[in-house]
Amino acid sequence: MIARLLALMIALCCGLPALAADPDDLPGLIDQLHTRDYAAMEQTVNAIAATGDPLAVAPLQALSDGDLYYRKSDDKVFIARKAESGTDLIDPLTGEFVENVGRRDARKIGINNNMRRALRGALGSLTLLSPDPSVRAAAAQSLFKSPDPNAVEALGQAIAAEKDAAIRTAMEEAQAASILLSDLDDATKIAAIESLADRGGRDAMSLLKGIPDTASDPVKAAAADGIASIEAALALWSTAQNIYYGISLGSVLLMAAIGLAITFGVMGVINMAHGEMVMLGAYTTYVVQEIIRNNAPGMFEFSLAIAVPLAFLVSGSVGVLIERTVIRYLYGRALETLLATWGVSLIIQQLVRSIFGPTNKEVGNPDFMSGAVQLGEMTLTYNRIWIIVFALVVLAMLMLVLKRTPLGLQMRAVTQNRRMAGAMGIRTDRVDALTFGLGSGIAGMAGVALSQIDNVSPNLGQSYIIDSFMVVVFGGVGNLWGTLVGALSLGIANKFLEPYAGAVLAKILVLVAIILFIQKRPRGLFALKGRAVES
Amino acid sequence: MNQSLNISMADSILYLDGVNVSFDGFRALNDLSLVLDAGEMRAIIGPNGAGKTTMMDIITGKTRPDSGQVVFEGSVDLTKHDEAAIAELGIGRKFQKPTVFETQTVHDNLELALKADRSVRSSLLWMLSNESRRRIDEILGITRLGDHANEIAGSLSHGQKQWLEIGMLLAQDPKLLLVDEPAAGMTDDETAETARLLKEIAENHSVVVVEHDMTFVRDLGVKVTVLHEGSVLAEGSLDTVSADKRVIEVYLGR
Amino acid sequence: MRGLVFRAFDRGGMIFLGILFGLILLLALSNLLMPVGHALHAPTYLVSLIGKYLTYALLALSVDLIWGFCGILSLGHGAFFALGGYAMGMYLMRQIGDRGVYGNPELPDFMVFLNYSELPWYWHGFDMFWFAAIMIVFVPGLLAFIFGWFAFRSRVTGVYLSIITQAMTYALMLAFFRNNMGFGGNNGLTDFKDLLGFDLQNDGTRVGLLFASAAALGLGFLICKAVTRSKYGKVITAIRDAESRTRFLGYRVDRYKLAVFTLSACMAGVAGALYVPQVGIINPSEFTPANSIEVVVWVAVGGRGTLYGAVIGAILVNYAKTYLTGALPEIWLFALGGLFVFVTLFLPRGIVGAINGSGDGGPSPIMTKIRNWREARAMEGRS
Repeated sequence: MIARLLALMIALCCGLPALAADPDDLPGLIDQLHTRDYAAMEQTVNAIAATGDPLAVAPLQALSDGDLYYRKSDDKVFIARKAESGTDLIDPLTGEFVENVGRRDARKIGINNNMRRALRGALGSLTLLSPDPSVRAAAAQSLFKSPDPNAVEALGQAIAAEKDAAIRTAMEEAQAASILLSDLDDATKIAAIESLADRGGRDAMSLLKGIPDTASDPVKAAAADGIASIEAALALWSTAQNIYYGISLGSVLLMAAIGLAITFGVMGVINMAHGEMVMLGAYTTYVVQEIIRNNAPGMFEFSLAIAVPLAFLVSGSVGVLIERTVIRYLYGRALETLLATWGVSLIIQQLVRSIFGPTNKEVGNPDFMSGAVQLGEMTLTYNRIWIIVFALVVLAMLMLVLKRTPLGLQMRAVTQNRRMAGAMGIRTDRVDALTFGLGSGIAGMAGVALSQIDNVSPNLGQSYIIDSFMVVVFGGVGNLWGTLVGALSLGIANKFLEPYAGAVLAKILVLVAIILFIQKRPRGLFALKGRAVES
Repeated sequence: MNQSLNISMADSILYLDGVNVSFDGFRALNDLSLVLDAGEMRAIIGPNGAGKTTMMDIITGKTRPDSGQVVFEGSVDLTKHDEAAIAELGIGRKFQKPTVFETQTVHDNLELALKADRSVRSSLLWMLSNESRRRIDEILGITRLGDHANEIAGSLSHGQKQWLEIGMLLAQDPKLLLVDEPAAGMTDDETAETARLLKEIAENHSVVVVEHDMTFVRDLGVKVTVLHEGSVLAEGSLDTVSADKRVIEVYLGR
Repeated sequence: MRGLVFRAFDRGGMIFLGILFGLILLLALSNLLMPVGHALHAPTYLVSLIGKYLTYALLALSVDLIWGFCGILSLGHGAFFALGGYAMGMYLMRQIGDRGVYGNPELPDFMVFLNYSELPWYWHGFDMFWFAAIMIVFVPGLLAFIFGWFAFRSRVTGVYLSIITQAMTYALMLAFFRNNMGFGGNNGLTDFKDLLGFDLQNDGTRVGLLFASAAALGLGFLICKAVTRSKYGKVITAIRDAESRTRFLGYRVDRYKLAVFTLSACMAGVAGALYVPQVGIINPSEFTPANSIEVVVWVAVGGRGTLYGAVIGAILVNYAKTYLTGALPEIWLFALGGLFVFVTLFLPRGIVGAINGSGDGGPSPIMTKIRNWREARAMEGRS
């Protein structure tokens, strides 16, 4: 394939007239553009292009646009610009203003279609030959996006001269795209089609689809093959993209659900105010950013690092407060707890609404959270990548806390046998309060993450609470791995259904699926079995 | 052993053979086999975790065995029925912790337990007949709860709740009664009284009693099965099993 | 059967019905007979407001029947209410005929707007009142039956059941928000003109709807009374208190629950159907989970397990809501939230329970609360 392309390029290069241009004589060459002999003019244009001097771009562009004039008095060539009276003459190379002349004292240099084509090639090759690699890359990109059959030769030259492998590939692709539109022979075109198919991507596909019906059958067949192979690749990429979106949604659900898994799993407490803990975390981020904006704008990059522990503390202490004032009187009465915490959630929502107002608050993304990285046909935005990482780190840390710290040991002891733990001297009520605080604090940290991708409003928590419940119920209560699997599978299922069913219907389908699933396994995917559970 | 079991299956009221159950790797019942003849009363003893309650769960359909046969009246496969169906077949159960309907009166508790059509429709149209009324009064007499008939069951003492539950079993009129620790938390007098009550019941019902209290078991004076780690360790009269070395080792203590 | 009917009419039931119809009659007379501006004239908005309260009371009654008596806490009963409302709304939409903005005799306005070429199949028949009336009961009942059949057979109980009922109404809300569901999407159904030929703006119609609501509430009350006082009622109370014990007595718990859940959903559907013509609109926001939970607090405030408690709770809380959202809108959610917390902590048996002390012959609620708490502490090993 590459060998064929090389052969093609050599063939093209050899066909060019060998022009020995003196780069120092650019002004002279430009003055030669004033001629009525188009063959001579084309030679001159090519000579100018061959200098590779970036300064030559302006006059050639002007010639192409019909802005290149010559002064009648001395036949010197200038770029002309209409002035209030007469015409301003501008030096074609330096861009400096020279003089204002009467309308009749300067005349336009006319060109024909053939010349226009030659000019496009020359301009393309000039930028393609630019010493600045980023200019060359951009030129190749733009030629790929809007291919030009006249640029085929220029591209061939540029490819021969190019040292940077990435840019050369881009140029080869641009050349292949341009060949498709040219009137070159079928073999060359088919080679180009294969090269495009290898490149893949939506642009290549639209180029292949754009092959006119007038093309010969072998070319059309090759194009169809190329389209099919690109489509297969694209389908693969879109699956990958869906999985990524799913994991991203799953990580958000995971963040929201971990805390719930703790309070529900360890304490058997349904906390309907859990969503509000998330919301408080998001508002903490907002307040931190406001303070930074007003006092130390330079610190903005660190706003999230400051907000995460603060959100943990804010939501965590609110959680402890709720546990001490309401929930502890309701242990063993799950339905009443559900109602009381719903009441608490209404109060917190209204409190936030009264303080901050009902409208969405603007929470900014620090630089490291903005932008995206392109991986093949996938776009991975940095904020989502960081949230996935953050969610996994939080999960890992929580597991460490549960497995390795005294609090974790006490929490597990209380879960397994509350009375025994109490008899062993564990202060179960203190453990309850701390557990609830921990669960709520994690919800607060989830709020920091959510503030980066969602609107921060008093209703933020409400939109996640049902989904997080579904995750916990689906994964199985009291099992963090279950929560992880539950969150990711719900996220991915949602995103996979979306293209077929639309976002809302996908959500409904997932909800219905879970409702049916709970019927089958009322205790979730990773439920504990045995006597203890049933009693 | 299996062969002798097969022979007696036809006249047995309850027949368990090779029953296994495990919860997350823990084997609660390990190849348990047990036969109860029609009309027999049997006491089951054994240390904690021996599988007594799990065995009751298996018989009443609360738990499904991983393998093994559970047959009622020589022909009905209990593993294929759920709790309600098994109760309707004629197996009644008293729980370890007295479980009565705390917010309803003693009379209503008995009325709910009384043998009758259990369908939704007939419960809507149900009217208490004179015969039913007499039967309830009779049971109130047997369980000595006559003075408390219109009290809320939740206000009864622990011993009275145990008796109410036994009374509910009577009202249900099952062929087989499973009674889990009926004497737990009772005074000595109450315990003796309970033993008397059970013996009376055993005159025309088959009964399985799970109990820890050796005095109580001695009062019953029936065949004893000792369970250990989910299978039968010994079987026979209380004196026989009490003399068994292995029983002494694991249960009675030296 | 005779027993079932007789049981409905005990002294409490008669007093309740007497007070209900007495007050409604007074209200109706003062609206129709007193001249506008007279001190004793009840304005029409008040008639509709009270009518709305009565439909809420019926909804509360349906929730009380399953929660108070059978221990099933549904956080999705608003869905059945809304489905009944939509069924009525569809009838009212068809009654508009060609008087809509687009003047299409067949299609309601929103369908013309969304370029429907013909009526969706599920809209057929709703031009007939008898059909709509059946659907008002049938659709919520069917949904409850299917949902309950799955849930109760698999023994989904307690908070799990509550959460999936909430998910159910949430899923329905999302569905009804979609334009292509054919129920008017975001805007729902509105701009109703008349019902059975009576102009909905007419005072007489309003009073008629008020009476219909009162009659529905009274009938619902009697049905609940008959059901809960029968042996069936004792069984569902037994299920509430000790579900597995009931099962070991031979009762098929799933069927008992399914029957009461379906009955309750039908009642909620009727409440929704009467609600819609009195407020003039039905839209998907009726499905929001928050609405359904609010119903639960009405019942909790009034006193669950007592039928008139649910009615009183619904009317009191909604009166407070009307007053507070008008006078002090900021305060309403604080008050509602506080009410949830207060009632669960201090009034577990609601106002009725607190006043009666021992409504069902049980100990007074304050003592029960203290005892429960002590027991819980002792059991949990807290000190």
